[in-house]
Amino acid sequence: MLKEKKKKQQSLHKRHSDLAIANKQLEKLSNGIFANGELPTFSQKIKETDQFPLRPKKLEILQINVGYMCNQVCEHCHVDAGPDRKEIMTRETMEQCLKVIRNTGAHTLDLTGGAPEMNPDFRWFVDEASKAGIQDFIVRSNLTIIRANKKYYDLPEFFKSHNVHVVSSMPHWTRGKTDKQRGEGVFDQSIKALQELNAVGYGMPDSNLRLDLVYNPSGAFLPGDQASMEKDFKKALLEDFGIHFHNLFAITNLPISRFLDYLIASENYEDYMYQLVEAYNPAAVKNVMCRNTISVSWDGYLYDCDFNQMLELKVASKIQHISEYNEDILNDRKIVISQHCYGCTAGAGSSCQGATAT
Amino acid sequence: MASQNYYDPADLKRFGNITEWSKELGEKFFEYYGKVFEEGALSAREKSLIALAVAHTEMCPYCIDAYSKDGLQRGITKEEMMEAVHVGAAIKSGASLVHGVQMMNKVNKLEM
Repeated sequence: MLKEKKKKQQSLHKRHSDLAIANKQLEKLSNGIFANGELPTFSQKIKETDQFPLRPKKLEILQINVGYMCNQVCEHCHVDAGPDRKEIMTRETMEQCLKVIRNTGAHTLDLTGGAPEMNPDFRWFVDEASKAGIQDFIVRSNLTIIRANKKYYDLPEFFKSHNVHVVSSMPHWTRGKTDKQRGEGVFDQSIKALQELNAVGYGMPDSNLRLDLVYNPSGAFLPGDQASMEKDFKKALLEDFGIHFHNLFAITNLPISRFLDYLIASENYEDYMYQLVEAYNPAAVKNVMCRNTISVSWDGYLYDCDFNQMLELKVASKIQHISEYNEDILNDRKIVISQHCYGCTAGAGSSCQGATAT
Repeated sequence: MASQNYYDPADLKRFGNITEWSKELGEKFFEYYGKVFEEGALSAREKSLIALAVAHTEMCPYCIDAYSKDGLQRGITKEEMMEAVHVGAAIKSGASLVHGVQMMNKVNKLEM
């Protein structure tokens, strides 16, 4: 039992799990029920509605992953992030990103990780990037980082002074469900962090300091209706803890990395894939996030989305690195797909900005 | 191929196939079913909990699977789900016990 618990506190990489290897994940997603014809592959499915090959629309979001290091080891993490991950974006790569940020047509800059704040150059990067005047500057903060160490205590003020839009994860308004997914003690620390963000003005009604929450189901099921969930979250967090926030993004867990590992270990993999395929919504394909996003990895490579980044599926373009970035050439690519893509097209659709087909 | 069991979890996925042998009635049923569970005077969340309680009193394994998952998707907690099951169980046991009055009436009538 103790051994099991310790294992859960390590990334798949640290555990030398087979599923730490991207190709092994892709194999799993292509074999079995998808190879024997029980379920259609994603490309077959989108062909039915004439949406193959998937192509980008106008670039709107530049998402930069500044490293896989994190103070948490969440059970569902698609990044396989954790304290033992050492992949961190260097200042040199950040400088290459800044060149792009200053010239991009995208209206949103989205920093993610791991815990992006753990990158030693994080504050310098935010400082520089915020000068580019991008309309919406998001930092995905896991909340507990704000409470993890004295050096992070002033993050709410730092975010405020750079007018950063904070997007944070919160799987439930109850302690039990949150801690089960994100680790013991995470709920209490997240609540404190949210209260501190509220205290400087984040998430308050009519405040321009945006604070949104991300909800991921804590198990092998799909998220419910985003608007109803938001209502329930708002009521519970306000009544129990006096917390305010703006919007809730309901995000479907994609069957990759640690969530895939969980699905297989709990014998939920096939049922989950059935759920995703049954909930396939062609309308969600139209607005799927890979069509308006470019994802940049810690080492500067370019991907259609953060999930493809973790599966090491680089963009299908002659431009594959931020140092040679060219928006026009990149926009002329075909988006790389596999069966994990069903996660973004189920029900009301799912993206880093929440539902896409509401 | 027919299963060797009366209940097969995979049959739930095939529920929709009942329309194959009676399109009109099957489709009418699913349309009605969908309408019932929409937000109304009762919220969809409340309806999900009622469905879970009834699933237990009807002892329908398909419905239990379906509404356990539906509850999770709606963010319903385990405590709420178990309370709903107890409501169903209380009505079910009450329904048995209230017949005890009929027994008492009958015994009282027959005995000297």
